[in-house]
Amino acid sequence: MWIYNPNTVADTIKTALEVRGKQDTGWIMHHVLDSRELDFTPFGVIHLPEIHLFGIDISITKHVVFMWLALVILVVTFLYVARTYKKSLVPRGVTNLTEVLIVFVRDEIVKPTIGKGYEIFLPYLLTVFFFILTCNFLGLIPYGSTATSNIAVTATLATISFIVIQVGGMMKNGVFGYLKGLVPHGIPLWLLPIMIPVELLGLFTKPFALAVRLFANMTAGHIVILSLLGLIFILHTYFVAPVSVSFTLFIFFLEILVALIQAYIFTMLSSLFIGMAVHQEH
Amino acid sequence: MNTISYLLLLVFSEGGEKSGSPLDVNPGVILWTVVTFVLLLLILKKIAWKPILNSLSERENFIKDSLEKADKAQKDAEKLLAENKVNLSKAEEDAQKIIEQGREFAEKLKTQILEESKIQARKMIVDATSEIERKNSEAFIKLKDQVADIAVNAAEKILRETLDKDKQVKLVNKYLDDMKN
Repeated sequence: MWIYNPNTVADTIKTALEVRGKQDTGWIMHHVLDSRELDFTPFGVIHLPEIHLFGIDISITKHVVFMWLALVILVVTFLYVARTYKKSLVPRGVTNLTEVLIVFVRDEIVKPTIGKGYEIFLPYLLTVFFFILTCNFLGLIPYGSTATSNIAVTATLATISFIVIQVGGMMKNGVFGYLKGLVPHGIPLWLLPIMIPVELLGLFTKPFALAVRLFANMTAGHIVILSLLGLIFILHTYFVAPVSVSFTLFIFFLEILVALIQAYIFTMLSSLFIGMAVHQEH
Repeated sequence: MNTISYLLLLVFSEGGEKSGSPLDVNPGVILWTVVTFVLLLLILKKIAWKPILNSLSERENFIKDSLEKADKAQKDAEKLLAENKVNLSKAEEDAQKIIEQGREFAEKLKTQILEESKIQARKMIVDATSEIERKNSEAFIKLKDQVADIAVNAAEKILRETLDKDKQVKLVNKYLDDMKN
């Protein structure tokens, strides 16, 4: 950049800003970001109430509404599923679907990564899996919004995972034993001043990575779809529409895959970290 | 300076009040996420995970038990089959033995009866022979008596007609002829 004349650079940026003023791409962000209203254009817009508590803005937002929707869907579904198990032990219909996922989470994720004593963590990990899965899929339906593309939501989920990981480790090994076990065995004493900060940092990078991974994956797909559709309007021609729509369709299928994979990965990594915290000897 | 200020404007213009940035963290959303997630966890734990996981493990145990039972039943059946086979062969052996015994007995009986009948036959023959002999001797004695009588009679007649030799010869021949008849 410095090889150019600074004035040229300044001019370029100025032009870019002016052009952006005319060709606003804010509509992409409008679809991806959280907002205070449920946009059902052309049927209307529902404005959500603003709530303030102790000086903190705790207004209900679009993403909160979709989290509640996920909660209602999950509670209703599993209420039904649990009832079918009372009738007969043979699964049928929706029960089959949920059973596949439950057994997958139990046998493929939690059992191998945590091992002995996995039963305590199973409810948490199952809830995380189904909650993220439902939120991800809610973003794929028309007028839907992906709560998991909000960094606040993913960071909170990651923080809850972090708490579960630490508490799980401390429950198994004792508070002092757990903290002592964080530093690998057989490390020379003079390395400790380096190892302790590194391990402490490692504790926090794990949930940070969880949060950013989920957030970025769920946001990126939507931005790509909206950008592809935006090409039609940026290029001012209808001829690009078939290309845009077919690419969008492709990305949409990819998003279905990503919705499943991200729910799996978040659960898998949480489970893995719990397993590492519980069985520190490995 | 101008460049840097424009650059900063470009970078942060999106983070303005109006459009917002995807990296903005809204504390209200954090609170609601915690509330929603914890509520979901508690509700699902009570209404879903406990009964569903229990049912799953119950079913798994049921299947395991059933398989074990089936395995055991098969083993029992195999054992029973082997036992039956042994019993059957034993019964066959017994039957064979019984038949053998029967045959032996029959053989023995046959030889015995044969022997007895032979003895009886021999005895009958002996009886018959002795009877014939007795009859023979009886007849012989009778004949002897009769011959003696005839001889005496002849002698008497010879004595009565002690005339010529011719006459005597004739007489004797005549008696002999008579006797022949």
